Amino acid sequence: MATLNILILASLLYVVLLFAVAFAADSAAQRGRGRWLGSPLVYTLSLSIYCTAWTFYGAVGFAARSGLEFVTIYLGPTLVMIGWWWTLRKMVRVGRSQRITSIADLISSRFGKSNALAVFVTVLAVVGTTPYIALQLQSVTLSYAAFAEFGATGEAEINHSLTAFWVAAGLALFTIIFGTRNLDANERHHGLVMAIAIEAVVKLFALLAVGVFVVWGLAGGLETTLARIEASEIARWEVPGSRWVGLTLLSAAAFICLPRMFQVMVVENDDERHLRTASWAFPAYLMLMSLFVVPIAAVGLDLMPQGSNPDLFVLTLPLSEGRDGLAILSFLGGFSSATSMVIVAAIALSTMVSNHVVMPVWLRMTGGSAMISGDVRLVAMRARRLSIAVILFLGYLYFRLSGGGTALAAIGLISFVGVAQFLPALLGGLFWRGANRKGALAGLATGFAIWAFCLFLPSFGPFALMPQTVLDQGLMGISWLRPQALFGTDGLSPVVHAFMWSLSLNTLVFFVVSIFSFPQPVERLQGAQFVNVFEHSTTAGGWRGGKAQSEDLLIMSQRIMGAGEAQALFSSAAKAQGIDGYLPEPTPDFLSELERAMAGSVGAATAHAMIGQIVGRATVSVEDLMAVADETAQIMEYSSELEAKTEEQERTARQLRQVNEKLTQISVQKDAFLSQISHELRTPMTSIRAFSEILRDSADMNEKEQNRYASIIHDEAIRLTRLLDDLLDLSVLENAQIMLNMQQATLAELLDRSEVAAGMAEGAMVMIRDPEAEDIELYTDTDRLAQVFINLMSNARKYCDAEAPELRIVAHVMGTEVTIDFMDNGTGIPADKQGTIFEKFARVSETKAGGAGLGLAISREIMARLGGSIQYLPGQTGAAFRVTLPLGVEKAVEAAQ
Amino acid sequence: MSREPSPLFVAKRTYRSRRMADAARFLPILGTGLFLLPLLWKKSSSDDAPMTGTVEVMLYVFLVWVFLIGAAAILSYRIPRSDETGSDPEQD
Repeated sequence: MATLNILILASLLYVVLLFAVAFAADSAAQRGRGRWLGSPLVYTLSLSIYCTAWTFYGAVGFAARSGLEFVTIYLGPTLVMIGWWWTLRKMVRVGRSQRITSIADLISSRFGKSNALAVFVTVLAVVGTTPYIALQLQSVTLSYAAFAEFGATGEAEINHSLTAFWVAAGLALFTIIFGTRNLDANERHHGLVMAIAIEAVVKLFALLAVGVFVVWGLAGGLETTLARIEASEIARWEVPGSRWVGLTLLSAAAFICLPRMFQVMVVENDDERHLRTASWAFPAYLMLMSLFVVPIAAVGLDLMPQGSNPDLFVLTLPLSEGRDGLAILSFLGGFSSATSMVIVAAIALSTMVSNHVVMPVWLRMTGGSAMISGDVRLVAMRARRLSIAVILFLGYLYFRLSGGGTALAAIGLISFVGVAQFLPALLGGLFWRGANRKGALAGLATGFAIWAFCLFLPSFGPFALMPQTVLDQGLMGISWLRPQALFGTDGLSPVVHAFMWSLSLNTLVFFVVSIFSFPQPVERLQGAQFVNVFEHSTTAGGWRGGKAQSEDLLIMSQRIMGAGEAQALFSSAAKAQGIDGYLPEPTPDFLSELERAMAGSVGAATAHAMIGQIVGRATVSVEDLMAVADETAQIMEYSSELEAKTEEQERTARQLRQVNEKLTQISVQKDAFLSQISHELRTPMTSIRAFSEILRDSADMNEKEQNRYASIIHDEAIRLTRLLDDLLDLSVLENAQIMLNMQQATLAELLDRSEVAAGMAEGAMVMIRDPEAEDIELYTDTDRLAQVFINLMSNARKYCDAEAPELRIVAHVMGTEVTIDFMDNGTGIPADKQGTIFEKFARVSETKAGGAGLGLAISREIMARLGGSIQYLPGQTGAAFRVTLPLGVEKAVEAAQ
Repeated sequence: MSREPSPLFVAKRTYRSRRMADAARFLPILGTGLFLLPLLWKKSSSDDAPMTGTVEVMLYVFLVWVFLIGAAAILSYRIPRSDETGSDPEQD
């Protein structure tokens, strides 16, 4: 048990060391001192995540079962790396020039930036990788359990799922801390890569140490080791040719297509020259990793008891010999292999999930408001962290559900075949301009369907997901559709069989559909850029700026990165350009920097397109731009703005026309008034003059006649005075020279008073009033208001032409205002006169003799002084006027105090 | 895409480096062939001729492997690097 405790302590110390290294590397990179972090050696070592726990432990098991066959898993990647000039160089160049963030991004970017394709690839990558993560968890728990067995003295049993759970949780934590430090997927995760490089060294060192121990410690030297191999069960060279070729091809394909390999090889690459070094250094690493595999397997088979798990020989051989220190080292090697794979896979998958699934959904749900709010960063970061946790949890769940048995051990190659389906679309996209989106989608779908049918579903064992009858007799009893002998191809191992059929049909469908369908413009453009990447971009996507407006750029980047960060970036760029305090010039360098900064929030392609929109270099299609910046919405908004403006102008024009009409009418009225006023003035003056002349000239006039003439003169003089009074009143009101005599009164009182004064009792007019509604307290100039009421009432009395004339008065309180409507049942005022009735000297009809046409004008002025208004209400049964007045309660309270 | 016609002959140095690139292209093909070769060797079962053992194949595979690594290492320093980009300012 002591060994177990030491093991736990050693693992914890190791984890702490990794955290420390990652943290130190991250902060060194932040301070700009981490040049050594980007060395070709670190790049090469980071590629070693290809060697997972499955290869660390499993290679020996593989060798113990089927001899030298295991080496194919390393030969494929070796050939790919040595052939870097063909494929990897192009892939890395495309990845850098197009700012690719994942393999899903690469495929979708090549085929017209189709998000559907990206989602498809993402889902398939998750399906293909989750079992692999489960496999890593299994290897850690198994190796831990092996330790427990050897050290066990009948103590508590190891809880496998609990161990797996804590390993998964720890990995999630580490990945979230160091894998999502910076949102920018294109930026290197220095700390993480450094930790992985350390782990790479540890696992190589551990395996070599075990190998040396086995060869020189246990077997007694090279010669005897070889002799032991000759004598062992695996001495004979009997690997079937199909498996030798098939597995080499499969591992080569998987090496290119695995999301985690793409992550370290392309995304984390920050210098193409590193690939040059890795082209030989990584095969060397692989060679060293496999150097002692066969000896360990042979010696293990020889020394270990029958039935012991050959997958754990690397661990159990030193343990059984009592070399606990070496065993712990070996455990750490396996632990390193498992953790580094899981970490990078989780990062690669979380980038895909957040960029291609979560973000598009979120942007759609928020309706593009993210363009303004600037909280895109936070959402993307959270999405990525959450995805990491979810992916690791899925891996753990798979581990629990599958029971951690042999089904899981077989999943390594099954998973390889799954991701290898990306190969036709990937290579086709890189080398063939005719490849298009429909072809890629169809090919991928075909490949994955066959993979699922032939390999993935049967892998859960008979009766689990696929009935035994289908396995034996084929789908629907058709013998040609037997999952492991498709089209009658018996005699192949299931993995090679599935690999051959899925990949060849995938390629065929991809090719045929591509040939017979037509690509969209974006696809053709991207196709040319990808296939001819070496002619198109000698520098990785440099901007030829100049036309860009720094201000526009700032506005845009504030929306995406948040105001603070964007301003900091701009001001530091300005400082670097020597124009502190101003906006930086849009130099190509600055634009590239800005794009890289923005890519972190909205994805590389989006950032590129958005800057392209402002800078004006048309390497991105219109369709792309529209999708990105939602230009359609902007155009629509702009046109609706224009529409609104047009409407406003029309309204103004209408108002102008009305005013013009009114002015013309007023002018006519003025002329009419002048003749009217002269008539009005002349008529009394004429009679006054005539009667005063009679009084003066006729001496023989009786007193009665004299009285009559004198009273006519008097009446006419009063009429003149009243006319002049009205005119004076109006001019005083218009010049705002009146003093208001504010006091409190109820509306009912005022109306009563006005009714009497207007002489309503005398005529035939019937008053309809509602005393309850009129019980409203007013604080106003009651005399002036009564004057308005009197005017309205007497107008109604004078002009209402109904047979049974009636006047309805309706009072309402609306908020802080009171409205009093005066409505009679006559014919009302004709529409053409409605505009001018409130003007001076306006008269509705010439027929009925009346006042000088000043009443309503005066009323309007009074109401304006009282803070209210008087309007004509069109569309009622007769003439209707609305008097609006503020309640003035607050003022009353003020006055009372 | 109209490309400028490239000159028919190039300087010896350029010529040499281009042939190195050809060699880099050829290396994986050679490697594949060499790795497949053991399949043609006598399998264990049938004849009474001396059969091929795992040890021989293993030694062969590792030898080929080392050769390929060495060749790739030499080539990686001899093929043209003018069109590569990196964050380092150093140029050659």
